[in-house]
Amino acid sequence: MHRFPLVVAASGLIAVAMTGCSSTNSSAGSPSGSQPAALSSAAVTGPITVFAAASLTETFTEIAHQFEAANPGTTVTLSFAGSSALATQITSGAPADVFAAASAQTMQTVVDTGAATGSTTFATNVMEIAVPPANPGTVMQLSDLAKPGVKVAVCQDQVPCGAATGQVFANAQLAVRPVTLEPDVRSVLSKVTLGEVDAGVVYVTDVHSAGDKVTGVQIPADVNAATTYPITTLTDSGNATTAVAFANYVLSLQGQSLLSAAGFASP
Amino acid sequence: MDTANQSRRATRLSPRERQRRARTGTAPRSIPAPLLAPALLAVAFLVLPLAGLVIRAPWGRIPEILASSEALLALRLSLWTSTLATVISVLIGVPLAWVLSRTRFPGQAILRALVTLPLVLPPVVGGVALLLAFGRTGFIGRYLDEWFGLTIPFTPIAVVMAETFVAMPFLVVTVEGALRAADPGYEEAAATLGARRMTVFARVTLPLIAPSLAAGAVLCWARALGEFGATITFAGSLPGVTQTMPIAVYYALETDPDAAIALSLVLLAVSVAVLVALRDRWLRSGAGT
Repeated sequence: MHRFPLVVAASGLIAVAMTGCSSTNSSAGSPSGSQPAALSSAAVTGPITVFAAASLTETFTEIAHQFEAANPGTTVTLSFAGSSALATQITSGAPADVFAAASAQTMQTVVDTGAATGSTTFATNVMEIAVPPANPGTVMQLSDLAKPGVKVAVCQDQVPCGAATGQVFANAQLAVRPVTLEPDVRSVLSKVTLGEVDAGVVYVTDVHSAGDKVTGVQIPADVNAATTYPITTLTDSGNATTAVAFANYVLSLQGQSLLSAAGFASP
Repeated sequence: MDTANQSRRATRLSPRERQRRARTGTAPRSIPAPLLAPALLAVAFLVLPLAGLVIRAPWGRIPEILASSEALLALRLSLWTSTLATVISVLIGVPLAWVLSRTRFPGQAILRALVTLPLVLPPVVGGVALLLAFGRTGFIGRYLDEWFGLTIPFTPIAVVMAETFVAMPFLVVTVEGALRAADPGYEEAAATLGARRMTVFARVTLPLIAPSLAAGAVLCWARALGEFGATITFAGSLPGVTQTMPIAVYYALETDPDAAIALSLVLLAVSVAVLVALRDRWLRSGAGT
């Protein structure tokens, strides 16, 4: 019962202290008297399951490795998918300990059901166009996506990358007719790396992680859309101490430097 | 009714049918407890989830949900693509079944294994394979694109191909079994009377296996209608173009669970209808393939 306030308070505190990011809706529960879990490392052990947005695949895999190395006895099982799919799984009772979403709105759907009591923003991300290196559709700028004959893959509306993509098109007043709406951003990216589409709208970090398999085409800042990444521990976690420690690790300097190396911005 | 008639019919029974009647005739009247409990568990496991679907169904909203444009688009797309996939499967699958059952050539066993592989292959693997073969950079798709400017992925053609890929083996296996079981005497008689091989096939063989062909086609259609993994991998998902019923159910679950349940009920109803249509084949106790 007091697990929760503690999580939010602890992660919020560390977030503010270390990265200056703001903690969103920290519910009741005073930090005083509750020792931040990250300091009592003796209790940090055992397995946890982390559900994370598909765009966090490489970064969270690396963070999990480092976390396991820093906390012997812990094992982190990662599950990556579209944030909305993960949120549905969590609200249906999937046994997760930590949830990192790619949008505050998706996180809110989880908080609303009581599966979590609050969350802390740990990163932000903006959109970029990924094209195959050969650039078969000669996509040089955002408006090229609306050209007839250019095959564009985007995320479906309900996942955060789809919402952000819709925002970009609306900002630029572009009528883009995608050929497919993919379940998560990594499916969009793979359609680009396979050369099946001429362009895909993904996160800056996805272009970064794909290396030379795709070429990035920047979206002008004045029409670009950003998404925020909140993290929370879940009410039904069977290993709350380790879950809190993991969330704190993501918010710590080590976690933040991995995120920024991958192209994420600090909140 | 009269015993003479009955006995006359009995003499015409195939050995297998006689065996089946013998088996069911000697069925034990009471069930031992160690078998009853697990059997009931199995029934509960298989039936309860479906009951859950029916219990949770938003009956009041169903007409409204099914009349919504997205549901109608998905339904229409699923109906025509699965029907086309079945027609294609019949047109090329029946000849394949004939070749597999009526001819002998080296490597036939391997060929049979290869063409029935999609029966056991995870559909998503089938989708990846289709993408790597017929995708724009695939080893076949590349030339379709270069020579004809034709790209298959993300089109309804891709949906039909994915469905045909996973569903045709069901038809081939059913028809091949029927061809093997069919009495070759009729075909031989037709041939001795001067019928050419194609005539024999069209006038004798096909009518002989018609019930099995129908059953195989229904099975193939149901499998095509339910196709998800290969379709979403190879054809993507776009409402009205490539988003079939199962994909619509999967996506709807994240935004409007009621809609997902309503669409699921439609697919459940279709499955029940298929089972009713095939009842003579499957629901008779002890019926073989």
